[in-house]
Formats: sequence, structure tokens, C-alpha cells
Amino acid sequence: MAHTRILIADDEEVMRDSLSDWLREDGYDVIAVASGAEAVEKVKSEPWSVLMVDLKMPGMDGMEVVRQVKKISPELPIIMVTAYATVDTAVQAMKEGAYDYIAKPFDPEQVGLAIRKIIAHQEVLEENVALRQALRKQHEFQNLIGKSRKMHEIMETVQTIADSTANILISGESGTGKEVVARAIHRSSLRREKPFMAVSCAAIPETLLESELFGYEKGAFTGATAQKRGRLEQAEDGTFFFDEIGEMSLKSQVDLLRVLQEREFRRVGGEALVRLEARVISATNKNLKKLVQEGKFREDLYYRLNVIPIHIPPLRERKEDIPLLALHFLKKYAVENGKHLNDFSPEAMELLLKYDWPGNVRELENAVERAVIVAAGSLVHLENLTVEGGVTVRGVSEITSISGSATLEEVEKAHILKVLKANDLNVKKCSDILGIDRTTLYKRMKEYGVAKEKEQ
Amino acid sequence: MRTIGLVPMGKVPENVLRWVAREVERVYGWPAVIMACREVPSAAFVEKRNQYYSHVLLRDLTEASWPEPGVRYRKVLGVTEEDLATPVLTFVFGEAQLDGRFGLLSLARLGEGFYGRPENEGLLLARAAKEAVHELGHMFGMVHCTFERCVMYFSPNLRDVDDKDVDFCSACWPILSKWLEVS
Repeated sequence: MAHTRILIADDEEVMRDSLSDWLREDGYDVIAVASGAEAVEKVKSEPWSVLMVDLKMPGMDGMEVVRQVKKISPELPIIMVTAYATVDTAVQAMKEGAYDYIAKPFDPEQVGLAIRKIIAHQEVLEENVALRQALRKQHEFQNLIGKSRKMHEIMETVQTIADSTANILISGESGTGKEVVARAIHRSSLRREKPFMAVSCAAIPETLLESELFGYEKGAFTGATAQKRGRLEQAEDGTFFFDEIGEMSLKSQVDLLRVLQEREFRRVGGEALVRLEARVISATNKNLKKLVQEGKFREDLYYRLNVIPIHIPPLRERKEDIPLLALHFLKKYAVENGKHLNDFSPEAMELLLKYDWPGNVRELENAVERAVIVAAGSLVHLENLTVEGGVTVRGVSEITSISGSATLEEVEKAHILKVLKANDLNVKKCSDILGIDRTTLYKRMKEYGVAKEKEQ
Repeated sequence: MRTIGLVPMGKVPENVLRWVAREVERVYGWPAVIMACREVPSAAFVEKRNQYYSHVLLRDLTEASWPEPGVRYRKVLGVTEEDLATPVLTFVFGEAQLDGRFGLLSLARLGEGFYGRPENEGLLLARAAKEAVHELGHMFGMVHCTFERCVMYFSPNLRDVDDKDVDFCSACWPILSKWLEVS
């Protein structure tokens, strides 16, 4: 109670003195000012537990003080004090954001109770914040965020295996955070001070992959004007991350298998053997076992990479992680964009939880980033939310709740077309987002006449 | 020797003053002296509330001439039968300068008669002693205590006054002792 600081704003000296003296006897730190403008300045410059403001003051009146203070310090509880109590002014004061409203002269018990109620409320709020922080700590580990059983298992696995040298294969749909897990393993390991080198096997053409990975000697091929260390070498004794390993050509798979078996390689055009010191982590959104059966992925390489398997489930299978992730991204982008957003409205959160997030955490992050940019005030509202392809989450929600006005086929068609349009008819990307295989998507496109449109 | 002065303001029953003086002496260990009576300042009367403003009575006490400097009447508590209020509070049992020299005690609402019940001398004396010790506690720098039995517990109604003791709790007493040393 000793640290409870009460600011009083009243233009009448006798009122200020009387109230201050009485509150000081109760052990509060009290400062009294004579005008609304001074009160606003005090709120700007110092922290307060409670503001007691007189309604009728010359210049800036109590209502205006409440309005101004709510902009500067929205959490500060305000008690409106007045000698002219009417239901209308009480309602108005509460509407403007006052916490309580008391009429002068007041019963000593009444004001004591009002302040104690505020203090108790604040203590609960502070306790909640502390609990939330403690919980968040429990649910966050090296940028891995989640409270689902599965995410906790992954966090535990990451800590357990961080210091081993065994190869790890991370599987999961696009956008589930495979690289985040790989980086968490790196940061938890003794290699954390060493490089983390990532290569996307889908992004580098097969012809370049060899020289990118192994480097080359001067004169090894046209354009090789100087010796270049490959990325495997640059990784030193850190961590090497092969993203989208399922996209690697069979020829490159042979090269990689040899390196993993022998733990050494030669630069292109070189003779000297270079030792592979880095730990290898691979990731894929494909079913590698299926690719092995189809002869598109080498079985021996599969087993070599898959010493420790980690599977990240899609977001729709761990919806309990959505609020934590959404709040994490909200805070991240609010800071980046200089916004004062601190939460989602209940409706917005409900829809985040309802949506299936075919693009997983990445799609959620993008949706939250966009929402932060367009939102104002302290909450992200329903209308601020859109998802990949420009479909509003509200749209999806409305569609799911429409029973008579649209058929399921119509809804499906609209959604697929929007995703296709937003992604320039990129079938691979769209099938990933929509969570259907490419054959099904081609079939739908044909049905909707989309392929024809592109040809034109 | 350091003493506490009790100043009757207006007509105050002798037995109440004597009892209050006795209890104050017992609790604080300082002699309590009943001083000459002062008039209740008419300027303190608020007609529309039919009460007296405590800050005006307190100012009257503060502005009176007192032996300065010295140890006598180190603390001065005015005692009145008038009903006291402040501009912001509907009534007060008393008022005091926190860590100051002057304070006030009103007996008006401590008697059963105020509430239309038969007077009870024993209750009045006990309540008057508790509230006198309470206001003097403020004058010695003590703030309200959260322990219901402690004399420094904030008691805005008679039930709370009756429920608390006339003494300081074990948490407040060491603090008061320090204040007593430096006062």
C-alpha cells in the first residue's frame, strides 16, 4: 500500500487538502494539483496508481481530463469526483473510461472501499501479467512457441539432442517452422557460436548445387577465376541445414550421401580433401518414405539423414498454440510498426482459432503482420484480419456459417480461385496453401477453366 | 518532560476527558494533561450540513498560542462533542496532522444516543479512548493498519471501532516506539 500513488485534481484548495490529508492517513502517497492540465502533465511524467479528478473545473474539466489521460495511460484507474452528482454525468464519466464515480461529500467508508477495490484489481492484473509471463516462458524455448503437448515434446527433444552429432531430419508441412526448429537445435548446442548455414535445395539449380555446396578451385570451370570455399566448408564446425531436401536431384543425392558417409569432400576441380565438421540437419515437407518407394529419393541417404526424426504437426492439429503464436507475432510486429496493439478482440481470436491455416505458422504470421499494419487502437479486430490470397478470415467464417446462400462447391471454388489468383497460378504453392495435392488442384482448375485463362 | 495536551473544545464531559487522558498515558507512556477549554470557532459551522468543518477547528488549534519550543504539550489533541465533517467526507470521528502536533477527536458519533439508542457510558469511554489513541497515532506518524484489532485500523463505523483494541498491534508497536523516541 505504501507505494500506491494517488493523484488528485481539484481546483478548490480546501477539497485538495481535505482529501489528501485523509488519504495520507491511509498510507497512500498523494499529490494534489489544481487543474486538469496539470493532472495531464503529471500523468505524462510520472507513474500513478489512481487518479481522482473533480468533474467541474475551470479550463479543462474532469471529462476532458479522462479523455486525455485515457490516451496517455489507458490502464490508469480514474475516480470521477463531483459535488453535482447526476445519473447522466455518472454514465458519461464511465463511458469516457472512468473506473468509478463518487459524489462529494462521500462517506469515509465509500472512498476507502473504492480505492481498495482499485488496488485489489491492480494486484490481480499484475499477478495475471506475472503468471502470463511465467507461462509464456514455459511455452517458449529458443523461438519455439507452443503449449501443445506435441510442441512441448519437440522442445524437449531439441534440448536432449542438441549436443549430439547425429543427423536430424525435420518433417512437416510448409510453414510449420522447420528452420525455426533447426535454428533452435543449433542455438541449444555447443556449436551455438559457430555458423548456421542454410541451403534450400529447391532454390539452387542442380547444376549449381555441387559448386555451391563443395566450392571450387581456380580454373575448375569457365568463370572460376578464384578458389571459392563451398557452403559446407563455410559452415565450419557449426550446423548445416538442408531445406527442402526432397527436392534434391538423384545425382546430388549421391554426392551428399558420399559426403555424409566419409565426412569429407573435394572442392570442384580440386584434389585436396576437406573435412566435413558441421552437423547436418535436413528438412522436408514431402513424405520422403513415399519418395523412396517411388524411386525419387535414395533409401540409403534417407536412413543416413533420418537418424533423429522430428515431425512438426500442422497448425490445424495443434490449435491450442494459435493464441500464443498470434500474440507473439502481434507483439513483434506492433513494435516494428510502432503500434500500441496488445491483444486480439474475442471475435478476432475466435476466427484465428476457427481457421485451418493451410499455410501454417507462416500464414498466421503474415496474417497478423497485415492486421497490425491496418489496425488502430489497442486491439486487432475481426475486420483487420485477412489470410493468404486476400480472403478475409471473416469471409471464411461467414462462409462456414452460411447454410442456405452458398453451396460447399461454390465456397470451395471461390477460395481456390482466390488462392490461385493471389499466387499467380503457382500450382505448387497453391496446393501447399490449400492442403491438397497438385493432381486435385489441376483437376479443379480444369473444372473452373482456369488453365485456359492462363494460356490466353 | 514530554506531555500530551488534551484541549476540550466547547462543553466536554469531564469523565470522558479523564478516561481519555488515562488511556493515552497508559498507551504512549507520556503524561496527558487536560488543558483549558477553547470555544468551538463559529466559522467552522456549516449550516446546510449542521456540522462543523474539522479543518477549521484544526486551524483554530494550530493558530492558538502554545509554549514554543519545549517538551510540554508536544502533541495537542482537541476534543469536542460537535459533529465533525470535511468538505469531502460526510463525517469524521477525528482528524489529525500526519506526523504533526495537532489533532481532533469528535465524540458526537461515538455515543449510542446519536443513533437513537440509550446512552452507554462504558461504550462511549472505550470508543473515545480508541479514537483518541488512533488520532494521536497519526500525529506520531502512524498510518492505518490492516489488522482489524489494531488501534490504527481504519474504522469508519462503530462496529469496527468496537471490534478493535485500544492498543497497537505487534507490527505497529515497534514502529510507534521509534516515532516516540524521535518525537
